[in-house]
Amino acid sequence: MATLNPRHEEGLFYLLAAIGGLVSALGVGAALYMEHSGHVVTGMNNQIVWGLPHVVAIFLIVAASGVLNVASMGSVFGRKLYKPRAPLSGLLALAMISGGLAVIMLDLGRADRIMVAATHFNPTSVFGWNVILYPVFYGVVAVYLWTMMERRMYPWMKVAGFATFIWRIILTTGTGSIFAFLVARQAYGTALLAPMFIIMSFCWGLAVFLVVQSTMYAWNGLTLPPLVLQRMKNLLATFVAAVLYFTIVLHLVNAYFARNIAFEHFILFDSEFAGAFWLGQILIGTLLPLALLLNPATAAKSLWVNVAALLVLVGAYYQLYVFIIGGQAFPLDIFPGYDVKSSFMDGAVDHYSASLPEIILALGGLGIAFTMTTIGVRILHFLPQDDLAELEAAASATD
Amino acid sequence: MNAPDRNPRRAFIAAAGAGVAGLGFTAIAPGLHLMAVASEANAAARPAGTAASPAVRWGLLIDATKCAPGCTKCIDACHTENGVNEKLPDARQASQWIRKIELVDRRNGKKTELPMMCQHCAKPPCVDVCPTGASMKRADGIVLVDRHTCIGCRYCMMACPYKARSLVHVPLTEQNPEVPRGQGCVESCTLCVHRVDKGQIPACVESCPEGAMIFGDLNDPSSAIAKRIASVPTTQVRSDLRLNQAVRYQGI
Repeated sequence: MATLNPRHEEGLFYLLAAIGGLVSALGVGAALYMEHSGHVVTGMNNQIVWGLPHVVAIFLIVAASGVLNVASMGSVFGRKLYKPRAPLSGLLALAMISGGLAVIMLDLGRADRIMVAATHFNPTSVFGWNVILYPVFYGVVAVYLWTMMERRMYPWMKVAGFATFIWRIILTTGTGSIFAFLVARQAYGTALLAPMFIIMSFCWGLAVFLVVQSTMYAWNGLTLPPLVLQRMKNLLATFVAAVLYFTIVLHLVNAYFARNIAFEHFILFDSEFAGAFWLGQILIGTLLPLALLLNPATAAKSLWVNVAALLVLVGAYYQLYVFIIGGQAFPLDIFPGYDVKSSFMDGAVDHYSASLPEIILALGGLGIAFTMTTIGVRILHFLPQDDLAELEAAASATD
Repeated sequence: MNAPDRNPRRAFIAAAGAGVAGLGFTAIAPGLHLMAVASEANAAARPAGTAASPAVRWGLLIDATKCAPGCTKCIDACHTENGVNEKLPDARQASQWIRKIELVDRRNGKKTELPMMCQHCAKPPCVDVCPTGASMKRADGIVLVDRHTCIGCRYCMMACPYKARSLVHVPLTEQNPEVPRGQGCVESCTLCVHRVDKGQIPACVESCPEGAMIFGDLNDPSSAIAKRIASVPTTQVRSDLRLNQAVRYQGI
């Protein structure tokens, strides 16, 4: 693979950083516009209260936790193949959670009161827990990165890695619990969502890692060792299948409950979300990636593994869109057994379409994550340095 | 010798006594009137600076059989009282503190109308989920939003089983000074807490021409609302959630 001319390479870096910075700045600008005008300029309303910004923000937060799985595989479970990848996984985690949190905070009705959220704490609120979970996540990941990148801190790496592993499990439990603790809406309110979000985080985080890793290898004119590719694509296929398993169980149980049959019929067959579910989440995000990852003809090629990872990420978007927007679009069943109507969309299916400021704000979150990653990998050594002989020895020992 | 006592001082005292009695009567009369109004709510005004009493639990009983089809007087009164008057191009983004719901029983086609608002739950999910504690329940059971600490995250709107809350989607002007509202904050029925604290009843109750709504202290067995609840079947909406709402319905 050809290496880029150093001058061209530097120019390309600045171009990418500038694009990322511009998208981030536009996102902040969109948030200021929403702050000034009110949420009237968004597609959100009093029924669909969380929209596209929340879909993207929750994706980033969930994937941020999951991408650390790569580090945990090395530090906590002692897998040699993953150890050189731990610093990059830490950087991606910090970058993505920063983008996600920025979008969540900038979308607030009163984003100027973010200090109120920091100084007023309600212990019964899952959001309140998250206000603690996220800053601590930054702290433990930063310390973990320090132990990995500073030779004197090496003895503490295992402890920091373990603490990070525990914390990200708690963090994603908290994210899933945002929805698990909602008694009001048919789409949510099940304890299954906490473990389901954890497995979703493993899947999406690994997909992000694979894409970023491949890009970095290509940038440096390197090829990912086939052994590494094979291990990671197998792991991704396992996680994709696990998310599918949770999805099937969730819908099967819901479909059995008489009170939820109407909602299941709505979300799976009779709404604008049914297409997003079957085509977006199941076909594009699950079955196609599984086929690419399990078919020996495609699974051995880096290109197809990366295509599969990208498809998983597209599927993640559809999955969260159906889950978050579709779950709110279906009317609350306030009077079971009655047909209801009112001036406030009671009994009516709502429709949501994101407005331009919301789209720009959501892209801004991706821009922040992209910019932080681009600058991070440029100024520090995050490119995995594989000791191939050691890897092969370890592989033959475990196979 | 037995002439009537004409001591002018005594006569003055007698006259003054009668005057004081008369004055007292007229002075008490407004008080009696006040008590008569308050007796609907079974409590007097809450003096400024004193905390709401946990001995009281304010509630509403709504008789859906009396709620007239098409009548929106309670909604108009509520929104006038609370200054909810902004017009938005998309009605789904407008605040609705109270709304009329038309119900049709799927089994027999029976039609019912009723007003729906914050149900002032004893265990309000909106209070549980609020990250800053802005969503709160007062000692007397009224569920409110502190407009100074609400950050507009809308988690309470996701959590409310009654869709009782609205986000203020636009900048506001011409507010009622007694009812502060604000862009980017979530709001809902306050049970007209500013009126209740003055010993008055909520605007919706006062405006109902059919007398379909009773306001009062659920904890006081002698209150009209408590007596009615003790004598006729009433319902808490989505009682399966065990939230123990202060708003109850009759006739559904």
